Amino acid sequence: MILGKIIGTVWSTRKEETLVGAKFLIVRQVNLKYEEKENFIVAVDSVGVGLGEIVLVAQGSSARQTTFTKNKPVDAVIMAKVDKLDITKV
Amino acid sequence: MVLGKVIGTIWATKKYSAVNNYKMQLVQPMNAELENIGEPIVVLDTVGAGPGEIVYYITSSEAVIPLEVDEAPVDASIVGIIDYVNIVADINKKNE
Repeated sequence: MILGKIIGTVWSTRKEETLVGAKFLIVRQVNLKYEEKENFIVAVDSVGVGLGEIVLVAQGSSARQTTFTKNKPVDAVIMAKVDKLDITKV
Repeated sequence: MVLGKVIGTIWATKKYSAVNNYKMQLVQPMNAELENIGEPIVVLDTVGAGPGEIVYYITSSEAVIPLEVDEAPVDASIVGIIDYVNIVADINKKNE
C-alpha cells in the first residue's frame, strides 16, 4: 500500500452505473515526512475518511477486494486511516 | 517477490475490517545486494517481522492469499524473513 493525503473529492453523476454511491477522493502520495509529492490518484473510500487525513491506498486488482468495490471498475481503494507512523532508525 | 527491510510500523485503528488483526509494516524495497531501491511502501505482516529485519514480500492481489480472510484490499504482504542472501557468481562478468 502507499501513503497518501486526501486533498479533494471528485463528484461525478455520469459514470459507469455500478459506481453509483461510490465516494471518489483525490489522494496525493506523501513521503515518510508526510510531504506531498506531485502525483495523485483518485481512490474509492471504503473506510470513511475526510479531507487532509493521511491514509493507506491499495492499488491494482486488490482494490476490488472489498464488499463495495467487488466486480467494479476500481483500481485504487482507501483501506485505512493512519493514526501514527513509527519509523525505527535501523 | 521482492526483498525489503522493515523500517517502521503503521498504526491505524480506523481501517477496512478484513485487515483488522494484521500488523502493517513500513518496508524499504531492496535489490539482491541489499541496496535500497525505490520508495518505502506499507506491507501487511503475516509472519511477525521485527524492525530492521530483511524480509521478502509479494505484491498485487496475490498478497491476500496468506491472510485468513478470503478478501481484503491489500496489495503487498510479507511472506518470509530472510536469514541469508547468497549470490553465487557475477554472471555479467562471465559474458565479457
